[in-house]
Amino acid sequence: MKRRDIFKGAVLGLALVGAGPALAQDTKVIGVAIPSATHGFMGGLNYHAQAAIERLEATYPQLDFVLATAGDAGKMVNDIEDMVATRNISALVVLPFESEPLTAPVQAVKDAGIWVTVVDRGLSVPNIEDLYVAGDNTGFGRVAGEYFAENLKSGDNVVVLRGIPTTLDNERVDAFTAAIEGTGINVLDMQHGNWNRDDAFNVMQDFLSKYDDIDAVWAADDDMAVGVLEAIDQAGRNDEMWVVGGAGMKEIIKRMMDGDPMLPVNVTYPPAQIATAIELTALGQVSPTPVSGRFIIGSQRITPENAEQYYFPDSPF
Amino acid sequence: MTDTTTQTNETGARRHGISLHVLGPLLALIVLIVLGASLNSNFLSYGNVTNVLARSAFIGIIAVGMTFVITAGGIDLSVGSMAAFIAGVMIMAMNAMIPTLGIGVPLVLAGMAVALVTGLAAGLLNGFLIAKVGIEAFIVTLGSMGIYRSLTTWLADGGTLSLNYDARSFYRPVYYDGILGVAWPIIVFALVAILGELAMRKTPFGRHCAALGANEQVAKYSAVKVDRVRMATYVLLGMLVGVATIMYVPRLGSASGSTGVLWELEAIAAVIIGGTVLKGGYGRVWGTVVGVLILSLIDNILNLASIVSPYLNGAIQGVIVILAVVLQREGKPAE
Repeated sequence: MKRRDIFKGAVLGLALVGAGPALAQDTKVIGVAIPSATHGFMGGLNYHAQAAIERLEATYPQLDFVLATAGDAGKMVNDIEDMVATRNISALVVLPFESEPLTAPVQAVKDAGIWVTVVDRGLSVPNIEDLYVAGDNTGFGRVAGEYFAENLKSGDNVVVLRGIPTTLDNERVDAFTAAIEGTGINVLDMQHGNWNRDDAFNVMQDFLSKYDDIDAVWAADDDMAVGVLEAIDQAGRNDEMWVVGGAGMKEIIKRMMDGDPMLPVNVTYPPAQIATAIELTALGQVSPTPVSGRFIIGSQRITPENAEQYYFPDSPF
Repeated sequence: MTDTTTQTNETGARRHGISLHVLGPLLALIVLIVLGASLNSNFLSYGNVTNVLARSAFIGIIAVGMTFVITAGGIDLSVGSMAAFIAGVMIMAMNAMIPTLGIGVPLVLAGMAVALVTGLAAGLLNGFLIAKVGIEAFIVTLGSMGIYRSLTTWLADGGTLSLNYDARSFYRPVYYDGILGVAWPIIVFALVAILGELAMRKTPFGRHCAALGANEQVAKYSAVKVDRVRMATYVLLGMLVGVATIMYVPRLGSASGSTGVLWELEAIAAVIIGGTVLKGGYGRVWGTVVGVLILSLIDNILNLASIVSPYLNGAIQGVIVILAVVLQREGKPAE
């Protein structure tokens, strides 16, 4: 069903490209540039972007959207240039593939008098964007760390799986480390699982061979948590430790709702933040409502009790 | 003709007994095992050895097939995304067949058949475009790499394809259990490797691959059916990717766009570390097995030891891969 809708979207997109210049006088066009759905989180982000656009096009007939997904920074720059040159956009919502290469092109868009909303990854020069919407990476690490601090005793042992080496990953890990500082909890080891199930599975297998006593695992991401849980299961050490993932993947949230004792909590880092950004940008375009500034979406703790409100069975993530 | 000379060198070296050329990869492997054992007492434990061998199986099974492709002077960059695609198709097919077949042995066998047929078809397509249409192997497989990768993402709608929970629980022992304490993936890997070694050494097919890789013209004049052999190497590889996927799916029961990323490079690296010549003409299946083990041991040791910053893992892997190849080139006479 959904895949068929993608084709429909593509046909609609082509039709809009044809009709674009004629409509330009009456309607405002909002360009949305995001990375393509290469892994779970981005898949969810793509889903929420399309859902928000559908919703807004139905609500505001005077708004048109052009959505472009890019597999690398270069393609994203091309997409943005095309939007400005051929679609006469009046606002741009962009999740920069990488900060550095996107900074100058987005600056050029801004200089052309177009509203710029930046999502999740900041640009390398401050104050280009009119609106900045992002998840809270520091909060993401802190909220997880606080749970560890509350539920482990001094002398308990923890292993950590890190993501792909990036500043984002560093912010999370630093905040986690700060939150458990002074509690006497030992971090036995930290290795990169690259936000990937298979890598996390291998790393966790090795942690389990190496350490006889592990009380908890911070998997820092739900894809990694899947690999970690499988490795623990294989070693038959399910009763010994619990696992905290992150970002609220639907399979993990479902297991929490079913009361899995190995998954006591989760921390949000919603891919739906793109919807927040698109909605706010649209609001600014159709009304005098002020929407400039910074909008940081807090990282919340998901528990088995409130898990239901974070469960999106239709989202791919 | 180059083929015959290499063969002579090889036999000559063997007659003299020890040769770094042959033993290089094996030495590197032994050094790594000694290093691992001295760094961590759990390194040689049953659990860790099983883990390392079982997780080597995917790349290993693929690398055996890759040895034939490279020996015949080809290359296949698509195997990683092909594995992801086959895994996706297999999961979707099994989920769809649950209502008719129920959960049990028939479902698993049907899933395996789907994986093998998909692998065969994918390999056939690569082989056809390369051997019959005559497009460069690098370009064909670069193209199919992109195609299979994005088809997988598309099938998964950008997310993850997961096998039905009950079917997964039933299928799970295929990765985790085994006979007499030897896990299934290890058994399958060993069988594939032994059959591959025999096929390379003892059968006309193996000799034809080497002849084709060494000199296509000469092979053609020697009545080798060049097109058919070349195509067969890609079909064989496709099927082995299917076999690897059959072992992979029960492990996590899921596939996504990030499944099997860079497997093609790991497989190619393993083949070259093992002593197969990248430009073709000479292949060594047992060497490939050693190469695969070297690659997974590096990861394992880095995780077990954590003596260096994890940021440097990639650099250490790179150094060891190059060293392993340098070691084996040393004994080789200059050409």
